[in-house]
Amino acid sequence: MGSIIGGFISATFLSGNEAVQISEATISDLATLGIAAPEGLQFTDIFSWEALLSVQGWILLVAGGFLVGFGSRYAGGCTSGHAISGISALELPSLVAVIGFFIGGLFTTHVLFPLIF
Amino acid sequence: MKALKYILAGILFGIVMTKSEAISWFRIQEMFRFQSFHMYGIIGTAVMIGALAIALIKKFKIKDIKGQEINFPPKEKTWMRYIIGGTTFGMGWALTGACPGPMFVNLGYGYLVFIVVIIAATLGTYAYGFILRKLPH
Repeated sequence: MGSIIGGFISATFLSGNEAVQISEATISDLATLGIAAPEGLQFTDIFSWEALLSVQGWILLVAGGFLVGFGSRYAGGCTSGHAISGISALELPSLVAVIGFFIGGLFTTHVLFPLIF
Repeated sequence: MKALKYILAGILFGIVMTKSEAISWFRIQEMFRFQSFHMYGIIGTAVMIGALAIALIKKFKIKDIKGQEINFPPKEKTWMRYIIGGTTFGMGWALTGACPGPMFVNLGYGYLVFIVVIIAATLGTYAYGFILRKLPH
């Protein structure tokens, strides 16, 4: 609840929705996939209602969301629980989970994205 | 009134996540391509502060606001769930560019379609609940 309000406060009072200043290397990598450089905070082609009319939209929003929910319960934590709190507490299982996050993320970014886009 | 402190913490979280751009799909892509220090700086700083806080809590036996001891129950030392579950989570993280917290921040920021991502994630947690006995842990 608070997070939603926090996002709303940021959008309404604290920003002008400037383009995210990602690195040139990322911009050119994404361009090869046909993804335009950021114009605001988000990838608006996908984070819009129209995206639900495309296969890419369903893969990113619906399949992606499902995997986040399934995976964070299966692994017993997400970025905050494992990467931040778990590693802070020097928990080896959390380090293993974070290695898993990167196996999944790197595979999706470097192998699946060229197939999806 | 009890909920107020959680709401205030959530508001702070939402503002920090937005202003640090950690809720942006582009920043997560940049992270998974190792092309900027940005996300590593955010997570790395959080880990350092977290480790310091936990060390201080343990050393001085700091109590929580209700005066109760703060415990850090050790995680079970199994591996399959962390590797397979972690990999599943990582795939979703790269696709949506958001982990569970930032989904709600994005919704509040005005990307209303995140309600679809949140519903899909909730269905994912139920799906895990249905088949968890069949999964290796």
